[in-house]
Order: sequence, then structure tokens, then C-alpha cells
Amino acid sequence: MTDVAIPQTSRKDWASDQEVRWCPGCGDYSILSAVQLLLPELGVRRENTVFISGIGCAARFPYYMNTYGMHSIHGRAPAIATGLAVSRPDLDVWVVTGDGDSLSIGGNHLMHALRRNVKLTILMFNNQIYGLTKGQYSPTSEVGKITKSTPFGSLDTPFNPVSLALGAEATFVARTHDLDRKHMIETFRRAHDHPGASFVEVYQNCNVFNDGAFGAINSKEARADMLIPLEHGKPIRFGASGEHGVVSDAQGRLHVVEVKDVGEDALLVHDEQRADPGLAFALSRLATGPHEPTPIGVFRAVERPDYGTLVDRQLVQASERAGPGNLASLLRSGATWSYD
Amino acid sequence: MTTESKTQSEPGRVETIDQVVIRFAGDSGDGMQIAGDRFTDESALIGNDLSTFPNYPAEIRAPAGTLAGVSAFQIHISDHEILTPGDAPNVLVAMNPAALRANLADLPHGGILVINSDAFDERDLAKAGYTENPLNDGSLSAYRVYEIAMTSLTVEACKPAGAKPRDAERSKNFFALGLLSWLYHRPIVETEGWIAKRYGRVPLVVEANTLAFRAGYNLGETTEIFESSYEIAPAEHYPGTYTNVTGNVALAWGLLAAAHLAKLPLFLGSYPITPASDILHELSKHKNFGVRTLQAEDEIAGIGAALGAAFGGALGVTTTSGPGLDLKAETVGLAVSLELPLLIVDIQRGGPSTGLPTKTEQSDLLHAMFGRHGEAPVPIVAAKTPSHCFEAAIEAARIALRYRTPVYLLSDGYLANGSEPWRLPDVESLPDISVEFATETNATAADGEAAFWPYLRDPATLARPWAVPGTPGLEHRIGGLEKRDGSGAIAYEPGNHETMVHLRAAKIAGIAKDLAPVEADDPSGDARVLMLGWGSTFAAITAGVKRVRKSGRAVAQLHLVHVNPFPPNLGNVLRSYEVVVVPENNLGHLTRLVRSDFLVDAKVMSKVQGTPFRVGEIEKAIHEEIDRLEKQDVDRPDGPRARNGKESAL
Repeated sequence: MTDVAIPQTSRKDWASDQEVRWCPGCGDYSILSAVQLLLPELGVRRENTVFISGIGCAARFPYYMNTYGMHSIHGRAPAIATGLAVSRPDLDVWVVTGDGDSLSIGGNHLMHALRRNVKLTILMFNNQIYGLTKGQYSPTSEVGKITKSTPFGSLDTPFNPVSLALGAEATFVARTHDLDRKHMIETFRRAHDHPGASFVEVYQNCNVFNDGAFGAINSKEARADMLIPLEHGKPIRFGASGEHGVVSDAQGRLHVVEVKDVGEDALLVHDEQRADPGLAFALSRLATGPHEPTPIGVFRAVERPDYGTLVDRQLVQASERAGPGNLASLLRSGATWSYD
Repeated sequence: MTTESKTQSEPGRVETIDQVVIRFAGDSGDGMQIAGDRFTDESALIGNDLSTFPNYPAEIRAPAGTLAGVSAFQIHISDHEILTPGDAPNVLVAMNPAALRANLADLPHGGILVINSDAFDERDLAKAGYTENPLNDGSLSAYRVYEIAMTSLTVEACKPAGAKPRDAERSKNFFALGLLSWLYHRPIVETEGWIAKRYGRVPLVVEANTLAFRAGYNLGETTEIFESSYEIAPAEHYPGTYTNVTGNVALAWGLLAAAHLAKLPLFLGSYPITPASDILHELSKHKNFGVRTLQAEDEIAGIGAALGAAFGGALGVTTTSGPGLDLKAETVGLAVSLELPLLIVDIQRGGPSTGLPTKTEQSDLLHAMFGRHGEAPVPIVAAKTPSHCFEAAIEAARIALRYRTPVYLLSDGYLANGSEPWRLPDVESLPDISVEFATETNATAADGEAAFWPYLRDPATLARPWAVPGTPGLEHRIGGLEKRDGSGAIAYEPGNHETMVHLRAAKIAGIAKDLAPVEADDPSGDARVLMLGWGSTFAAITAGVKRVRKSGRAVAQLHLVHVNPFPPNLGNVLRSYEVVVVPENNLGHLTRLVRSDFLVDAKVMSKVQGTPFRVGEIEKAIHEEIDRLEKQDVDRPDGPRARNGKESAL
């Protein structure tokens, strides 16, 4: 099969015949487009591509992809995808999830998929709200959020998904947003090509229940001054003419500065490959929420053997050591005795 | 213990007996399970029939010397076919006061009591709750007591090895094993070889254990403590090769066999839980079979990963027990909706909640049957003996694969840890359970293009096609939402939902067409009472039925392996007996099912003590039922012999 050239495909080859049923204006549409535009460029086959999701608005995603797919149960997509990816290393397995699905009910599975470094591309649509259940606050909603379930304001501190993924030993962590198709495509490409678990937080607008949650940073007008593009090996700076930058103080704390005040040489140079996740973590804490200058792009991309490869290596080693499994010998592996 | 030799015992005398039940009991740190396991292997080598029952506490190291920390291993060995580990021991080995106190009530008067007298000091007596030392107060006068200073004799024996006394003491289980090995003429060379292999990494331990083992053996040989020693001849066996297996090992091997017979890779997703973990351990040893074992982050991930692997074309399995079963319920429902093959192996233990983690129970049957939201039928296969776990695993896999359905395979703590000799099957004779993956499109889309409909069913089995990722042209999406019959597209129409609910139910019910009709074991054909069972009660029911028949009375027996769906003719069989009694280690799960399915007046015989039925309990219950029927005949000589009687059935 590998000898046969991978057929050229276009976006429509990757779209299923299902009518897309997200609310008009939902940010999910542009994420779907970005994925469908990217896939023809990846040199992969439709039949070897699988999208697994849990429950929530984002979880409808697999139905719209003309690939193999499973719309599973709430929070469990990373666990199900782990079983698939580990037993079928030949497949390209994507997980599409939301903030409630992956950080609330399924937090445990996300953490462990990242820790194990299972070969999965995990796209987490973060809209900071429960959309499918019609507007309760989510584990990424800001404190004080007024929703149907929190009429007097939510009380719990939100998760920072990038910090969480880094803390869970993720080898690839990135952030993008639904208003920048090009940035999404490039970020998803990097995530797909990463040889291990990759986690991408996608800021996604829910125009019905949490409209404009990211407007302060990603609207056309705000973007230049509020989004900090991370580029490996380059000084971290932003603004229409690169007038803002990020520096690290003696204690390793990061600060947003004006480049003219500190000079270009003082700027922090991004290193996504640093073994120690400290820099990536500090960058993830630069903004306390999507109302302050916020880094986007790849925070961390380091290589560590993926779990499935390690599993297969043990299978090969076991076969080399003990010979391929033989059922009749296995049954006689303990003490045996015979009667005529 | 039946003594064939009736002559007066004299020192050095060897008596031949037909069977004996020995219970090794000590603190959970005393190594009683190891001693029992080794005694089992020695007995298997002789060719005795045997059955074992380990009984240990949930705490890994309960406070030493307390009743809570007592661990016991019972073994029944004989020169004829036996089925159970024995109702009561003939011999009790008690390594400390707590072991004596916790087990003495089970030892019949006249039984042999081998006691480690060194452990009966004031402190340990107090921990066991004794105010008087039972060795001195005459309370053991009804037994044949052998007080042996096992700890100090072990320490003394280990001196040449240079072990410190505190360390040397730990070998006293081998001292006890050596003594019992002498008493029952067990082979010892193999045990010495086993010690060398098992503890080979620590030469000092090998030497200490070997010295202690020999010292125990020699004590019996050279002193006149025991009036007799005992021989038990090999049992008659069907020709063949045998090995001794526990239920968990047989089940793990059954899973490997099932994958081999299905020509599929095996994937186990599991979270450690007692008493199921040994299946994970066993399968993890055999990676050369290509088995992938994932110790998941939780029970939910264990079954989720197994289901993901099944989507990819593997034989997906998850193993669990107790609370783990509850956690998996949601994913089982998804598997019902996805119609993918999946095995859920449940090693039942006492509940509710954490319950009795190390004790056996059969109280998950109704959970397996009904424990999901929505109409979500799932087949159930139940293993009946430790070695039968092998066959049951293959059968459960066969059903899962053929019908594309999750299947519950029920075992329990008694089967899992209990062992018995197993006549090894000829691997070549095992059934082919392989199924075909879909490779071709099977429908035409509205636009005239060839299409793949994931829910277009096989008319014979109602199973849907299993098309695995990687198959070109069959790309499709499945999910937990209701889908349209045939195309599998999301569909919420009321009529379609009703169709799908009935189709899923009919598919599972239709499995009965594959099952052989059952026949009650009723040699004389005169039985009025049928003993109906499922799972691990098989041994006790069978042995109880045999005893009743020996007494000249007729009783029938039927044991179910397929609990959902039932075998096709079960109702007729049940209706042909006046009384159906169902011994169950629960409050009546199977009883409820057969009553509701067949309107038969089945009655439960319940036991929920964390231990299996004793043969005597079954025997007594059967006699009582027959007595009751006979009394009824006398009271109403002209009355109908039975509402469900055979006459009326004719």
C-alpha cells in the first residue's frame, strides 16, 4: 500500500455529505475549514485518518469529515483514541474536544494521554462556556462569570489549558484562534507532524452563549497589540511594527515591555525546544486571561519516544527473547503431568 | 479424612487415606499462600485430584498478629475426583494465636491441629483476644494437637546460612511446608528446585528457606511426634496432560487463545483492582504473543482504550471487579450503540461499594444484565470452574466478534484465586472464531455512487459490518447518537428509534439460536427437584447432588454458562421439574431472571458470606426439598403432583 502514490485530494474530498449543524456564526466553522484545507497538504490518506471526539459542540466534528470517525462519550475521547493509536500505529488519529469535555469531565484522560505521549493530535476548542447544554460556565470561564448555573457569578478559578498541558508533561503545546485561518493551518500542521502527543488550544468564539470572549485580543483592531506570536529562535515581540516585546527579569519572571525602552538585545528569544518546560510555562502565565497580551503559536515542541512505539518495541523484544507466542507451549509452561 | 487402614496406629506407620483437607493459616506476613501454593504443586506432581481455596485479608499488612491479618490457604487432595476445596479442614496448621482463633471453629472435633507454639506468647495471645493460653487451658482437648516450636526450630536450622534470627524466622512457612510434606508423603526435590529458582537472586534466602524446609521434613522423619504419616494414591484421570491453573491464569490464557483463534491482535485496557489484577499481570508477561496491555489511568480509560482498539480491529478486552464495573457502564452502553466487539471481564467480589475486596460473591449478574441507561442488552457468559475460565473466555470472544457486541464474562474471587488440575485441550481442536472485516461498499448513495452503510445488517445474525480504519472506500462515522437503520446517519425520528431498539434487542436474543439446547443431568429421570446454577457454584452443587444421589434419592442438576441470552430450551427444562432451587452467592439474581422469563416457581438458596457454598449446605437443602415434596404427597395423596410436573407437561 505504501508503494502506491498518495492520491491528490482537495478540500471537498475531506468533507462528508453531512450537513454542518453548528449555530450560524460559530467559530467551529472556521476551524473545520482550516482542517479540511490542511489535510490535502499533509500527504495522508483519508482511510488512514481517524477523528475521535467526546461530547459537546466541538464533538460533532468527526461527522463532517469524510474519514473514519467516532463521536464517543463525554470526556473519554483521549482514552478511546489511546487504544486506537496504540494498537494501530499506522493510523493518523486526531482528537477533537472542547474545554468542558477535555478539562472537566475528561481531565484525567487528557493529562494521561499527554503524559504517555500517545501519537495523537488533540485540538481543544476553548470557548469558555458550555454551549451544547445551553450556557453554563466551564472550567475555563473567568471568575465571576454570570451564567444560568451561576446567577451570582462563578466562584472557581479557571484552568489555563496551556499551563495544564505543560504540567502534564506534554511534548507539544500550542495555541491558535478561530479568526486566523493561516495561523490555525500552520499550527495544526506542526501539531500533526509532531511525533507524539500534540495539544492545541484553539480560542473559539461561541456567538450564542459567550460572544466575544476573545474579542479583546483577537478582533481585527486588537490583534496586533494583544496577540504575541511565538516563533522559535526569534525575539518575542509584537505590535503593528514590533514595538512591544517580552523580557525576562533576574527572577525569571516575564514582562511585556516597549522595545524602545529596553533595546532589541534585551528581548527574550523563544526556544520551543528547551528540555526544561519552565520558559514555556512562564509564557503560558504571561496573560492572566484573554484580555491581556497573549502568546499564540507553539509554546513547546520537544521529542520524546511516543508511547505506541515503546509498546511495539517491547513486543518485538519479547518475541526476540522468548520466540513468537505458541499457545500449546504456553499451556504447558507450568508444572505438567500426564496419564495414559 | 477417611482412614482405610483400621489397625492401631504405631510410630513410623504409614496409613493410606483417600482424601484430606488441609488449611494453612497464619498472619498475612507469614507466607501461608506460598506454602499452600507449593503444597498444591507437590500434590499435583503425585497425581492427586485437588482443589484449592486461598482466603486472605484485604489489607496487605494488617497489624501483625491480629484476627484481621489472618491469611489462609485450604487445599483438598484425594485419590478420586473432587470438585471443591472441602467444606471443613481435617488438618489446621496455625502459625499464631489469631490464626487458631479465626479458624478453629471450622475444624471438626478429632481434627489435627499443628500449632507453632513459639507464637503463643502473652502479646500475641492478647492481640488475638485470648485471655487464657488455649494451649494450656484444655480448650483444645477435642483435637489432636501437635505443638511444635516452629519459629525457634527454624532459626536454629538456618544458623549455618548465617541469617540473622529476625530474618531466619521468616522461613518458618517453609518449615511448616516441610513438615506437612513429610506428613503426607509429598515429593520434596521439586520444591527445593523451586526454592532455588524463585529466590535465586538472593542466595541467603534460598539457603535459609531450603534449610527450614528440610528441618521441617526431618522433624517428622526423625522424631515420633506424629503417630502416622499418610499416603494418598493418585486419582484416576482421563488420559491426557494436566497442569494446575487458577481461574485468573486460565482466563488470561483463554484471552490469548481467543485472539489466536480469531486471528486478531489482543488489546487489554485495565486498571489494577482486586481480584482481577492477576489477569493484567499474566497477559503482561506474554508480549511475545503480540498482546498489548495498557495499565490505564482509571477504569473508564481501561474500557475506553479497549473499545478504541476494537474500532481499529483488535480483540479489545477490559478486566475489572467491584466498583470498577460501575465505572465502565457508560462505555459499555457506547459499545452497545457502536455495535463493536468488546469483552468486559468481571471478577465478582463482595459489595456494595468497596465491600469485601478479597472475598467472593456473585452479586453482579443483574448489573451485567441491566446496569446501563436506556435499552442496552448485553450478552453474559459465566465461567463455572477455574479451568473453565479458559473455555468461557473463548466463548465470550466468539459471541462478541460474531455479533459485534460487548459481552460480559463473569468470574469471581473464588474461581480467580482457586485452582484445580486442568486436562489441557488440544490446541488444534479449539474452534475457529475468526470473522471477516468488511472490505467492499454495500449500498448506493442518493447520487448513485457506491457507499458504505455501517449499519446494514447481516440478516442471519443481525450483526453490522466491521469495517476498520485503513480500509479504502469504507470511511464512515459512528457514535453514541441514535442512528438510522442501515445508513447509520444520525437520526432522531421516533419510528427509527423504535426500530433500532428492537433490532439491538433481537440481535442479542438471537444469539440463543447459536447455543446448544441444554439438558438437565438427571440420570434416573425420576428427579422432582432441579438444582439450577451459574458460575462458581458449579463445584459445590455438583458435589452436593452426587452425595444426595449416593443416598439413593434422585435430584437433577443444570448449570448455565450462557446467562444472557438463555439457552433456547431452558424454559421447557425448568418447567419439567416440580421444584427449581437456585443456589447463588447473592440474594437471587438468576432466580429473578428465570422467574420473570419463564414464570417458574424457582427459589433462591442464598449465601453471601464472602465464601462459596459448602457441599454439606447444598446436600442438606436438596434433602429438605425432597422431604417437603414427599410430605406434600402424603398430606395430599390425590392432589396434583405438581403444577409444573412432568405429567401435566405431557
